Amino acid sequence: MRRILILGGGTGGTLVANRLRRVLAPCDADITVIDQDDQHVYQPGLLFVPFGLADPGEITRPRHRQLHAGIGFRRAAIERVDLGSDVVVLDGGTALEYDLLVIATGAQLLPEETEGLEEGWPERVQTFYTPAGAASLRDALARFDGGRIAVNVIDMPIKCPVAPLEFCFLADWFFRERGIRDRVELSYVTPLDGAFTKPVASAALGGLLAEKGVGLVTEFNTGRVDTSGSQPRLVSWDEREVPFDLAVVVPLHGGAGYVSRSPGLGDELGFITVDPHTLQSAAAPNVFAIGDAAGVPASKAGSVTHFEGEVLVENIQRFLAGEPLTASFDGHTNCFIETGFGKALLIDFNYDTEPVTGHYPAAVGLPLLKQSRLNHLGKLMFQPFYWHGLLPGRDIPGIGSAMPERGKSGLAASREHATTAGSNRAS
Amino acid sequence: MPNVTYAGQAVSVGDDGFFTDPSQWTEEMAPEIARAEGIGQLTELHWQVIKFMRHEYQEKGTGPTIRILGKTSGVSIKELYQLFPKGPAKTAAKVAGIPKPRGCI
Repeated sequence: MRRILILGGGTGGTLVANRLRRVLAPCDADITVIDQDDQHVYQPGLLFVPFGLADPGEITRPRHRQLHAGIGFRRAAIERVDLGSDVVVLDGGTALEYDLLVIATGAQLLPEETEGLEEGWPERVQTFYTPAGAASLRDALARFDGGRIAVNVIDMPIKCPVAPLEFCFLADWFFRERGIRDRVELSYVTPLDGAFTKPVASAALGGLLAEKGVGLVTEFNTGRVDTSGSQPRLVSWDEREVPFDLAVVVPLHGGAGYVSRSPGLGDELGFITVDPHTLQSAAAPNVFAIGDAAGVPASKAGSVTHFEGEVLVENIQRFLAGEPLTASFDGHTNCFIETGFGKALLIDFNYDTEPVTGHYPAAVGLPLLKQSRLNHLGKLMFQPFYWHGLLPGRDIPGIGSAMPERGKSGLAASREHATTAGSNRAS
Repeated sequence: MPNVTYAGQAVSVGDDGFFTDPSQWTEEMAPEIARAEGIGQLTELHWQVIKFMRHEYQEKGTGPTIRILGKTSGVSIKELYQLFPKGPAKTAAKVAGIPKPRGCI
Protein backbone atom coordinates (compact mmCIF):
# COMPACT_ATOMS: atom_id res chain seq x y z
CA MET A 1 0.00 0.00 0.00
CA ARG A 2 1.47 3.32 -1.11
CA ARG A 3 0.65 6.39 0.96
CA ILE A 4 -0.10 9.39 -1.24
CA LEU A 5 -0.45 12.73 0.50
CA ILE A 6 -1.85 15.69 -1.38
CA LEU A 7 -1.32 19.07 0.27
CA GLY A 8 -4.07 21.49 -0.72
CA GLY A 9 -7.67 20.79 -1.70
CA GLY A 10 -8.09 23.49 -4.34
CA THR A 11 -8.21 23.07 -8.10
CA GLY A 12 -4.96 21.12 -8.49
CA GLY A 13 -5.17 18.97 -5.37
CA THR A 14 -8.78 18.01 -6.04
CA LEU A 15 -8.39 17.11 -9.70
CA VAL A 16 -5.21 15.14 -9.08
CA ALA A 17 -6.80 13.23 -6.18
CA ASN A 18 -9.83 12.33 -8.28
CA ARG A 19 -7.76 11.34 -11.30
CA LEU A 20 -5.37 9.25 -9.18
CA ARG A 21 -8.25 7.51 -7.39
CA ARG A 22 -9.61 6.46 -10.76
CA VAL A 23 -6.36 4.91 -11.97
CA LEU A 24 -4.98 3.44 -8.74
CA ALA A 25 -6.74 0.51 -7.05
CA PRO A 26 -7.82 1.19 -3.44
CA CYS A 27 -5.70 -1.76 -2.25
CA ASP A 28 -2.61 -0.26 -3.94
CA ALA A 29 -2.79 3.34 -2.80
CA ASP A 30 -4.15 5.33 0.09
CA ILE A 31 -4.93 8.90 -0.96
CA THR A 32 -5.38 11.72 1.55
CA VAL A 33 -5.94 15.41 0.86
CA ILE A 34 -4.98 17.93 3.55
CA ASP A 35 -6.23 21.49 3.67
CA GLN A 36 -6.48 24.09 6.41
CA ASP A 37 -10.14 24.85 5.63
CA ASP A 38 -13.12 23.31 3.90
CA GLN A 39 -14.03 26.21 1.59
CA HIS A 40 -13.33 25.63 -2.09
CA VAL A 41 -13.70 28.90 -3.96
CA TYR A 42 -14.26 29.01 -7.72
CA GLN A 43 -11.64 31.74 -8.06
CA PRO A 44 -12.51 32.95 -11.59
CA GLY A 45 -15.87 33.96 -10.11
CA LEU A 46 -14.24 36.52 -7.79
CA LEU A 47 -13.85 38.96 -10.71
CA PHE A 48 -17.63 39.21 -11.08
CA VAL A 49 -18.45 39.80 -7.41
CA PRO A 50 -17.49 43.53 -7.28
CA PHE A 51 -19.94 44.24 -10.11
CA GLY A 52 -22.83 42.39 -8.51
CA LEU A 53 -22.64 39.67 -11.18
CA ALA A 54 -21.84 36.87 -8.72
CA ASP A 55 -22.17 36.31 -5.00
CA PRO A 56 -19.34 34.88 -2.84
CA GLY A 57 -21.79 32.25 -1.55
CA GLU A 58 -22.58 30.88 -4.98
CA ILE A 59 -18.93 30.43 -5.95
CA THR A 60 -17.95 28.56 -2.77
CA ARG A 61 -18.51 24.87 -1.98
CA PRO A 62 -17.13 22.43 0.63
CA ARG A 63 -13.74 21.03 -0.40
CA HIS A 64 -14.41 17.50 0.86
CA ARG A 65 -17.55 17.24 -1.26
CA GLN A 66 -15.48 17.65 -4.45
CA LEU A 67 -13.40 14.56 -3.61
CA HIS A 68 -14.55 11.18 -4.84
CA ALA A 69 -15.23 8.14 -2.65
CA GLY A 70 -12.09 6.50 -1.35
CA ILE A 71 -10.16 9.75 -0.84
CA GLY A 72 -9.47 10.90 2.71
CA PHE A 73 -9.81 14.56 3.69
CA ARG A 74 -8.06 15.98 6.71
CA ARG A 75 -8.47 19.53 7.91
CA ALA A 76 -5.17 20.78 9.26
CA ALA A 77 -2.58 23.50 8.76
CA ILE A 78 0.89 22.39 7.69
CA GLU A 79 3.95 23.17 9.76
CA ARG A 80 6.61 21.83 7.41
CA VAL A 81 7.67 19.10 5.02
CA ASP A 82 10.76 17.08 5.87
CA LEU A 83 12.08 15.88 2.53
CA GLY A 84 14.84 13.79 4.14
CA SER A 85 12.48 11.55 6.08
CA ASP A 86 9.40 11.75 3.79
CA VAL A 87 7.25 13.29 6.49
CA VAL A 88 4.70 16.10 6.58
CA VAL A 89 4.44 17.70 10.00
CA LEU A 90 1.07 19.25 10.78
CA ASP A 91 0.46 22.26 12.96
CA GLY A 92 0.37 20.75 16.46
CA GLY A 93 3.12 18.26 15.73
CA THR A 94 1.38 15.26 14.14
CA ALA A 95 3.75 13.65 11.64
CA LEU A 96 2.38 11.95 8.54
CA GLU A 97 4.63 9.70 6.47
CA TYR A 98 4.26 9.54 2.72
CA ASP A 99 5.56 7.51 -0.18
CA LEU A 100 4.48 10.16 -2.65
CA LEU A 101 3.73 13.81 -2.01
CA VAL A 102 1.80 16.19 -4.28
CA ILE A 103 2.00 19.87 -3.40
CA ALA A 104 -1.02 21.89 -4.46
CA THR A 105 -1.23 24.59 -1.81
CA GLY A 106 -1.42 27.41 -4.35
CA ALA A 107 -0.36 30.99 -3.78
CA GLN A 108 -1.18 33.28 -0.89
CA LEU A 109 -1.57 37.06 -0.81
CA LEU A 110 1.09 39.07 1.04
CA PRO A 111 -0.34 42.59 1.49
CA GLU A 112 1.87 43.07 4.56
CA GLU A 113 4.95 43.13 2.31
CA THR A 114 3.95 46.47 0.78
CA GLU A 115 4.33 49.50 3.00
CA GLY A 116 1.05 51.23 3.78
CA LEU A 117 -1.15 48.80 1.87
CA GLU A 118 -3.04 47.49 4.88
CA GLU A 119 -3.39 50.94 6.46
CA GLY A 120 -5.67 52.10 3.65
CA TRP A 121 -7.79 48.95 3.85
CA PRO A 122 -10.75 49.04 3.24
CA GLU A 123 -11.69 52.75 3.05
CA ARG A 124 -9.36 53.65 0.23
CA VAL A 125 -7.69 50.40 -0.78
CA GLN A 126 -9.48 47.24 -1.86
CA THR A 127 -8.76 43.93 -3.54
CA PHE A 128 -10.99 41.42 -5.29
CA TYR A 129 -8.60 38.49 -4.83
CA THR A 130 -10.42 37.12 -1.74
CA PRO A 131 -14.16 36.47 -1.26
CA ALA A 132 -14.35 38.98 1.60
CA GLY A 133 -12.33 41.54 -0.37
CA ALA A 134 -14.47 41.13 -3.47
CA ALA A 135 -17.66 41.62 -1.42
CA SER A 136 -16.21 44.70 0.26
CA LEU A 137 -15.19 46.11 -3.12
CA ARG A 138 -18.72 45.52 -4.42
CA ASP A 139 -20.02 47.83 -1.67
CA ALA A 140 -17.30 50.40 -2.39
CA LEU A 141 -18.10 50.45 -6.12
CA ALA A 142 -21.82 50.79 -5.42
CA ARG A 143 -21.07 53.87 -3.28
CA PHE A 144 -18.51 55.33 -5.68
CA ASP A 145 -19.93 58.37 -7.43
CA GLY A 146 -16.90 59.79 -9.19
CA GLY A 147 -13.15 60.25 -8.89
CA ARG A 148 -9.96 58.38 -9.64
CA ILE A 149 -9.71 54.58 -9.52
CA ALA A 150 -6.24 53.07 -9.83
CA VAL A 151 -6.03 49.34 -10.53
CA ASN A 152 -2.56 48.29 -9.42
CA VAL A 153 -0.60 45.06 -9.70
CA ILE A 154 2.20 45.36 -7.13
CA ASP A 155 4.46 42.77 -8.76
CA MET A 156 4.39 39.50 -10.65
CA PRO A 157 3.73 36.64 -10.36
CA ILE A 158 0.02 36.86 -9.60
CA LYS A 159 -2.87 34.48 -10.02
CA CYS A 160 -4.63 34.97 -13.35
CA PRO A 161 -2.49 37.83 -14.78
CA VAL A 162 -5.39 38.94 -17.01
CA ALA A 163 -7.86 39.41 -14.12
CA PRO A 164 -6.82 43.00 -13.27
CA LEU A 165 -7.23 43.93 -16.95
CA GLU A 166 -10.65 42.31 -16.98
CA PHE A 167 -11.46 44.31 -13.88
CA CYS A 168 -10.68 47.52 -15.82
CA PHE A 169 -12.86 46.47 -18.76
CA LEU A 170 -15.76 45.54 -16.48
CA ALA A 171 -15.39 48.74 -14.44
CA ASP A 172 -15.68 50.76 -17.65
CA TRP A 173 -18.88 48.83 -18.48
CA PHE A 174 -20.19 49.14 -14.89
CA PHE A 175 -19.84 52.93 -14.72
CA ARG A 176 -21.27 53.38 -18.22
CA GLU A 177 -24.32 51.36 -17.17
CA ARG A 178 -24.63 53.61 -14.12
CA GLY A 179 -24.37 56.67 -16.37
CA ILE A 180 -21.39 58.18 -14.53
CA ARG A 181 -18.47 56.97 -16.63
CA ASP A 182 -17.51 60.58 -17.45
CA ARG A 183 -16.97 61.23 -13.75
CA VAL A 184 -14.67 58.23 -13.23
CA GLU A 185 -11.01 58.25 -14.21
CA LEU A 186 -9.73 54.70 -14.56
CA SER A 187 -6.07 53.76 -14.77
CA TYR A 188 -4.19 50.48 -14.93
CA VAL A 189 -0.88 50.66 -13.09
CA THR A 190 1.50 47.77 -13.82
CA PRO A 191 5.15 46.83 -13.19
CA LEU A 192 5.30 45.40 -16.73
CA ASP A 193 6.35 47.45 -19.76
CA GLY A 194 2.94 46.94 -21.39
CA ALA A 195 -0.58 45.74 -20.65
CA PHE A 196 0.50 42.10 -20.65
CA THR A 197 3.60 39.92 -20.65
CA LYS A 198 3.44 38.64 -24.23
CA PRO A 199 3.96 41.17 -27.10
CA VAL A 200 1.05 40.35 -29.47
CA ALA A 201 -1.52 40.03 -26.67
CA SER A 202 -0.01 43.05 -24.91
CA ALA A 203 -0.62 45.22 -27.98
CA ALA A 204 -4.19 43.93 -28.39
CA LEU A 205 -5.04 44.39 -24.70
CA GLY A 206 -3.31 47.78 -24.55
CA GLY A 207 -5.42 48.86 -27.54
CA LEU A 208 -8.54 47.71 -25.75
CA LEU A 209 -7.63 49.74 -22.64
CA ALA A 210 -7.16 52.85 -24.81
CA GLU A 211 -10.44 52.20 -26.62
CA LYS A 212 -12.25 52.08 -23.29
CA GLY A 213 -10.53 55.19 -21.99
CA VAL A 214 -8.48 53.43 -19.33
CA GLY A 215 -5.11 55.05 -18.69
CA LEU A 216 -2.05 52.81 -18.74
CA VAL A 217 0.90 53.42 -16.41
CA THR A 218 3.76 50.99 -17.09
CA GLU A 219 7.00 49.99 -15.35
CA PHE A 220 5.53 51.20 -12.07
CA ASN A 221 7.03 49.24 -9.17
CA THR A 222 4.91 50.20 -6.19
CA GLY A 223 7.08 50.92 -3.17
CA ARG A 224 4.35 52.18 -0.87
CA VAL A 225 0.70 53.06 -0.68
CA ASP A 226 0.25 56.40 1.06
CA THR A 227 -3.22 57.04 2.45
CA SER A 228 -2.09 59.32 5.27
CA GLY A 229 -2.68 62.69 3.57
CA SER A 230 -5.71 64.26 1.96
CA GLN A 231 -4.75 62.84 -1.46
CA PRO A 232 -4.02 59.10 -1.30
CA ARG A 233 -1.39 57.94 -3.79
CA LEU A 234 0.66 55.02 -5.00
CA VAL A 235 4.37 55.80 -4.83
CA SER A 236 6.86 53.81 -6.90
CA TRP A 237 10.40 52.94 -5.83
CA ASP A 238 11.67 55.51 -8.32
CA GLU A 239 9.40 58.14 -6.71
CA ARG A 240 6.70 58.43 -9.34
CA GLU A 241 3.17 58.94 -7.99
CA VAL A 242 -0.32 57.91 -9.02
CA PRO A 243 -3.02 59.74 -7.02
CA PHE A 244 -6.29 57.89 -6.39
CA ASP A 245 -9.59 58.03 -4.56
CA LEU A 246 -9.99 54.26 -4.65
CA ALA A 247 -7.15 51.80 -5.29
CA VAL A 248 -7.95 48.27 -6.39
CA VAL A 249 -4.74 46.47 -5.58
CA VAL A 250 -3.50 42.98 -6.38
CA PRO A 251 -1.06 42.36 -3.50
CA LEU A 252 2.23 40.47 -3.79
CA HIS A 253 1.85 36.70 -4.03
CA GLY A 254 3.97 34.01 -2.45
CA GLY A 255 3.75 30.29 -1.90
CA ALA A 256 2.18 28.78 1.22
CA GLY A 257 3.89 29.69 4.50
CA TYR A 258 5.18 26.19 5.34
CA VAL A 259 7.30 26.08 2.17
CA SER A 260 9.87 28.49 3.58
CA ARG A 261 10.02 26.34 6.75
CA SER A 262 10.85 23.26 4.64
CA PRO A 263 14.51 23.31 3.52
CA GLY A 264 15.04 22.56 -0.16
CA LEU A 265 11.37 22.57 -1.09
CA GLY A 266 10.83 25.98 -2.68
CA ASP A 267 12.34 29.14 -4.15
CA GLU A 268 12.73 32.62 -2.63
CA LEU A 269 9.03 33.33 -3.03
CA GLY A 270 7.89 29.99 -1.62
CA PHE A 271 6.97 28.32 -4.89
CA ILE A 272 7.99 24.69 -5.36
CA THR A 273 11.07 24.12 -7.47
CA VAL A 274 10.07 21.51 -10.06
CA ASP A 275 11.02 20.47 -13.56
CA PRO A 276 8.73 22.60 -15.80
CA HIS A 277 7.91 19.60 -18.00
CA THR A 278 7.64 16.62 -15.60
CA LEU A 279 6.54 18.68 -12.53
CA GLN A 280 8.85 16.59 -10.35
CA SER A 281 10.67 18.28 -7.46
CA ALA A 282 14.31 19.10 -8.00
CA ALA A 283 15.04 18.13 -4.39
CA ALA A 284 13.17 14.80 -4.02
CA PRO A 285 11.96 12.43 -6.75
CA ASN A 286 8.84 11.39 -4.80
CA VAL A 287 7.57 14.97 -4.58
CA PHE A 288 5.56 16.70 -7.32
CA ALA A 289 3.81 20.06 -7.53
CA ILE A 290 0.86 21.34 -9.52
CA GLY A 291 -0.95 24.61 -10.12
CA ASP A 292 -0.14 27.96 -8.54
CA ALA A 293 2.19 26.28 -6.03
CA ALA A 294 4.57 25.15 -8.77
CA GLY A 295 7.46 27.45 -9.64
CA VAL A 296 7.21 26.99 -13.41
CA PRO A 297 7.39 29.77 -16.06
CA ALA A 298 3.67 29.58 -16.86
CA SER A 299 0.74 31.69 -15.72
CA LYS A 300 -0.82 30.91 -12.37
CA ALA A 301 -4.20 29.95 -13.79
CA GLY A 302 -6.79 27.21 -13.53
CA SER A 303 -6.32 26.19 -17.16
CA VAL A 304 -2.62 25.58 -16.55
CA THR A 305 -3.49 23.47 -13.50
CA HIS A 306 -6.01 21.48 -15.53
CA PHE A 307 -3.55 20.80 -18.35
CA GLU A 308 -0.80 19.94 -15.84
CA GLY A 309 -3.11 17.44 -14.14
CA GLU A 310 -3.15 15.02 -17.03
CA VAL A 311 0.66 15.05 -17.28
CA LEU A 312 1.17 14.82 -13.54
CA VAL A 313 -1.06 11.79 -13.06
CA GLU A 314 0.69 9.94 -15.85
CA ASN A 315 4.09 10.74 -14.36
CA ILE A 316 3.00 9.70 -10.87
CA GLN A 317 1.83 6.34 -12.21
CA ARG A 318 5.17 5.91 -13.95
CA PHE A 319 7.08 6.91 -10.84
CA LEU A 320 5.15 4.41 -8.69
CA ALA A 321 5.87 1.71 -11.28
CA GLY A 322 9.58 2.56 -11.25
CA GLU A 323 9.54 3.72 -14.87
CA PRO A 324 11.14 6.88 -16.31
CA LEU A 325 8.89 9.94 -16.47
CA THR A 326 7.88 10.59 -20.06
CA ALA A 327 4.83 12.83 -19.80
CA SER A 328 5.79 16.41 -20.53
CA PHE A 329 3.84 19.59 -19.81
CA ASP A 330 4.23 22.14 -22.61
CA GLY A 331 3.10 25.22 -20.65
CA HIS A 332 -0.34 25.23 -22.27
CA THR A 333 -2.41 28.18 -20.98
CA ASN A 334 -5.89 29.18 -22.05
CA CYS A 335 -7.73 32.25 -20.74
CA PHE A 336 -11.05 33.84 -21.46
CA ILE A 337 -10.68 37.59 -20.96
CA GLU A 338 -13.94 39.30 -20.09
CA THR A 339 -14.08 42.66 -21.88
CA GLY A 340 -17.48 43.96 -20.76
CA PHE A 341 -20.78 44.45 -22.61
CA GLY A 342 -21.34 40.70 -22.86
CA LYS A 343 -18.15 40.03 -24.77
CA ALA A 344 -14.86 38.31 -24.10
CA LEU A 345 -11.71 37.39 -25.92
CA LEU A 346 -9.70 34.21 -25.70
CA ILE A 347 -5.95 33.64 -25.60
CA ASP A 348 -4.10 30.34 -25.89
CA PHE A 349 -0.35 29.82 -25.61
CA ASN A 350 2.44 27.70 -24.13
CA TYR A 351 6.09 27.85 -23.02
CA ASP A 352 7.31 28.30 -26.60
CA THR A 353 4.64 30.30 -28.40
CA GLU A 354 2.83 33.49 -27.50
CA PRO A 355 -0.91 34.14 -27.89
CA VAL A 356 -1.78 34.74 -31.56
CA THR A 357 -4.94 35.24 -33.59
CA GLY A 358 -6.96 32.53 -35.32
CA HIS A 359 -9.44 30.06 -33.88
CA TYR A 360 -9.46 27.58 -31.00
CA PRO A 361 -9.14 24.60 -30.78
CA ALA A 362 -9.16 24.28 -34.60
CA ALA A 363 -10.00 26.34 -37.69
CA VAL A 364 -13.66 26.13 -36.72
CA GLY A 365 -13.85 27.26 -33.14
CA LEU A 366 -13.76 30.21 -30.79
CA PRO A 367 -12.05 33.32 -32.17
CA LEU A 368 -8.64 34.03 -30.61
CA LEU A 369 -7.51 37.49 -29.44
CA LYS A 370 -10.77 39.00 -30.69
CA GLN A 371 -13.81 40.12 -28.72
CA SER A 372 -16.90 38.01 -29.28
CA ARG A 373 -20.15 37.12 -27.57
CA LEU A 374 -19.27 33.44 -28.03
CA ASN A 375 -16.18 33.78 -25.85
CA HIS A 376 -18.26 35.46 -23.16
CA LEU A 377 -20.69 32.53 -23.23
CA GLY A 378 -17.69 30.21 -23.04
CA LYS A 379 -16.54 31.99 -19.90
CA LEU A 380 -20.00 31.76 -18.32
CA MET A 381 -20.34 28.10 -19.20
CA PHE A 382 -17.05 27.36 -17.56
CA GLN A 383 -18.28 27.44 -13.96
CA PRO A 384 -20.56 24.39 -14.20
CA PHE A 385 -17.79 22.59 -16.10
CA TYR A 386 -15.36 23.50 -13.30
CA TRP A 387 -17.42 21.75 -10.61
CA HIS A 388 -18.69 18.86 -12.71
CA GLY A 389 -15.91 18.24 -15.24
CA LEU A 390 -12.59 19.79 -14.29
CA LEU A 391 -12.49 18.94 -10.56
CA PRO A 392 -13.68 15.35 -11.11
CA GLY A 393 -10.71 15.13 -13.47
CA ARG A 394 -12.49 14.71 -16.77
CA ASP A 395 -10.91 15.81 -20.04
CA ILE A 396 -12.61 18.43 -22.19
CA PRO A 397 -13.76 16.66 -25.38
CA GLY A 398 -11.39 17.58 -28.20
CA ILE A 399 -8.99 19.50 -25.93
CA GLY A 400 -5.95 17.70 -24.58
CA SER A 401 -3.10 18.89 -22.41
CA ALA A 402 -0.85 19.86 -25.33
CA MET A 403 -1.54 23.23 -26.96
CA PRO A 404 -3.36 22.84 -30.31
CA GLU A 405 -1.72 24.51 -33.32
CA ARG A 406 -4.46 24.02 -35.90
CA GLY A 407 -6.45 27.17 -36.58
CA LYS A 408 -3.75 29.61 -35.44
CA SER A 409 -2.08 32.26 -37.58
CA GLY A 410 1.46 33.54 -37.25
CA LEU A 411 2.49 30.72 -34.94
CA ALA A 412 5.90 30.20 -36.54
CA ALA A 413 6.83 33.85 -36.10
CA SER A 414 5.52 33.75 -32.55
CA ARG A 415 7.64 30.71 -31.76
CA GLU A 416 10.70 32.39 -33.23
CA HIS A 417 10.05 35.39 -31.04
CA ALA A 418 9.41 33.31 -27.94
CA THR A 419 12.59 31.35 -28.60
CA THR A 420 14.65 34.51 -29.00
CA ALA A 421 13.11 36.05 -25.91
CA GLY A 422 13.49 32.81 -24.02
CA SER A 423 16.98 31.94 -25.22
CA ASN A 424 18.19 32.40 -21.67
CA ARG A 425 15.75 29.87 -20.30
CA ALA A 426 16.93 27.34 -17.82
CA SER A 427 16.78 23.84 -19.19
CA MET B 1 22.38 40.69 -33.95
CA PRO B 2 24.08 44.11 -33.49
CA ASN B 3 27.63 44.26 -32.22
CA VAL B 4 29.02 46.82 -29.84
CA THR B 5 32.47 47.32 -28.45
CA TYR B 6 33.21 47.46 -24.74
CA ALA B 7 36.71 47.67 -23.32
CA GLY B 8 38.04 47.19 -26.83
CA GLN B 9 36.19 43.93 -27.45
CA ALA B 10 33.25 43.33 -29.79
CA VAL B 11 30.26 41.71 -28.12
CA SER B 12 26.80 40.77 -29.40
CA VAL B 13 23.78 42.41 -27.84
CA GLY B 14 20.05 42.13 -28.44
CA ASP B 15 17.75 44.92 -29.66
CA ASP B 16 17.54 46.55 -26.25
CA GLY B 17 21.26 46.38 -25.51
CA PHE B 18 21.37 43.29 -23.30
CA PHE B 19 24.17 40.77 -23.84
CA THR B 20 23.06 37.71 -25.72
CA ASP B 21 26.14 35.74 -24.72
CA PRO B 22 27.12 36.38 -21.07
CA SER B 23 30.46 34.61 -21.56
CA GLN B 24 31.61 37.58 -23.67
CA TRP B 25 31.40 39.85 -20.64
CA THR B 26 34.43 40.83 -18.58
CA GLU B 27 34.63 42.96 -15.44
CA GLU B 28 36.51 45.63 -17.37
CA MET B 29 33.40 46.24 -19.50
CA ALA B 30 31.10 47.03 -16.57
CA PRO B 31 32.14 50.67 -15.93
CA GLU B 32 31.67 51.52 -19.61
CA ILE B 33 28.20 49.92 -19.79
CA ALA B 34 27.29 51.62 -16.51
CA ARG B 35 28.29 55.05 -17.84
CA ALA B 36 26.03 54.55 -20.85
CA GLU B 37 23.24 53.86 -18.35
CA GLY B 38 23.95 57.10 -16.50
CA ILE B 39 25.85 55.58 -13.58
CA GLY B 40 29.07 57.48 -12.81
CA GLN B 41 31.28 55.47 -10.50
CA LEU B 42 30.74 51.80 -9.68
CA THR B 43 30.94 51.39 -5.90
CA GLU B 44 31.52 48.27 -3.86
CA LEU B 45 27.74 47.95 -3.43
CA HIS B 46 27.25 48.13 -7.21
CA TRP B 47 29.73 45.29 -7.58
CA GLN B 48 27.94 43.25 -4.94
CA VAL B 49 24.78 43.49 -7.05
CA ILE B 50 26.59 42.85 -10.35
CA LYS B 51 28.20 39.70 -8.96
CA PHE B 52 24.87 38.58 -7.55
CA MET B 53 23.26 39.03 -10.99
CA ARG B 54 25.93 36.89 -12.65
CA HIS B 55 25.56 34.23 -9.96
CA GLU B 56 21.75 34.13 -10.27
CA TYR B 57 21.98 33.87 -14.03
CA GLN B 58 24.38 30.96 -13.79
CA GLU B 59 22.15 29.19 -11.27
CA LYS B 60 18.76 29.84 -12.80
CA GLY B 61 19.22 30.88 -16.40
CA THR B 62 17.64 34.28 -15.89
CA GLY B 63 18.36 37.46 -13.96
CA PRO B 64 16.30 38.04 -10.79
CA THR B 65 13.28 40.30 -10.55
CA ILE B 66 13.48 43.39 -8.36
CA ARG B 67 11.51 41.60 -5.67
CA ILE B 68 13.93 38.68 -5.54
CA LEU B 69 16.89 41.09 -5.66
CA GLY B 70 15.49 42.87 -2.60
CA LYS B 71 14.95 39.60 -0.77
CA THR B 72 18.21 37.85 -1.53
CA SER B 73 20.99 40.19 -2.72
CA GLY B 74 21.63 41.68 0.70
CA VAL B 75 20.82 45.14 -0.69
CA SER B 76 17.39 46.64 0.03
CA ILE B 77 15.08 47.70 -2.80
CA LYS B 78 15.43 51.32 -1.71
CA GLU B 79 19.24 51.11 -1.96
CA LEU B 80 18.99 49.23 -5.24
CA TYR B 81 17.09 52.15 -6.74
CA GLN B 82 19.75 54.54 -5.44
CA LEU B 83 22.43 52.43 -7.13
CA PHE B 84 20.53 51.85 -10.38
CA PRO B 85 17.97 54.67 -10.59
CA LYS B 86 16.58 53.65 -13.98
CA GLY B 87 15.36 50.33 -12.60
CA PRO B 88 17.68 47.90 -10.81
CA ALA B 89 16.56 44.57 -12.29
CA LYS B 90 17.10 45.68 -15.88
CA THR B 91 20.02 48.07 -15.48
CA ALA B 92 22.02 45.73 -13.26
CA ALA B 93 21.41 42.89 -15.71
CA LYS B 94 22.74 45.05 -18.53
CA VAL B 95 25.83 46.13 -16.61
CA ALA B 96 26.44 42.53 -15.50
CA GLY B 97 26.33 41.36 -19.12
CA ILE B 98 23.43 38.94 -18.81
CA PRO B 99 20.35 38.74 -21.06
CA LYS B 100 17.20 40.75 -20.33
CA PRO B 101 15.51 39.20 -17.29
CA ARG B 102 12.65 37.01 -18.37
CA GLY B 103 10.40 38.33 -15.66
CA CYS B 104 7.27 36.53 -14.70
CA ILE B 105 4.33 35.45 -16.74
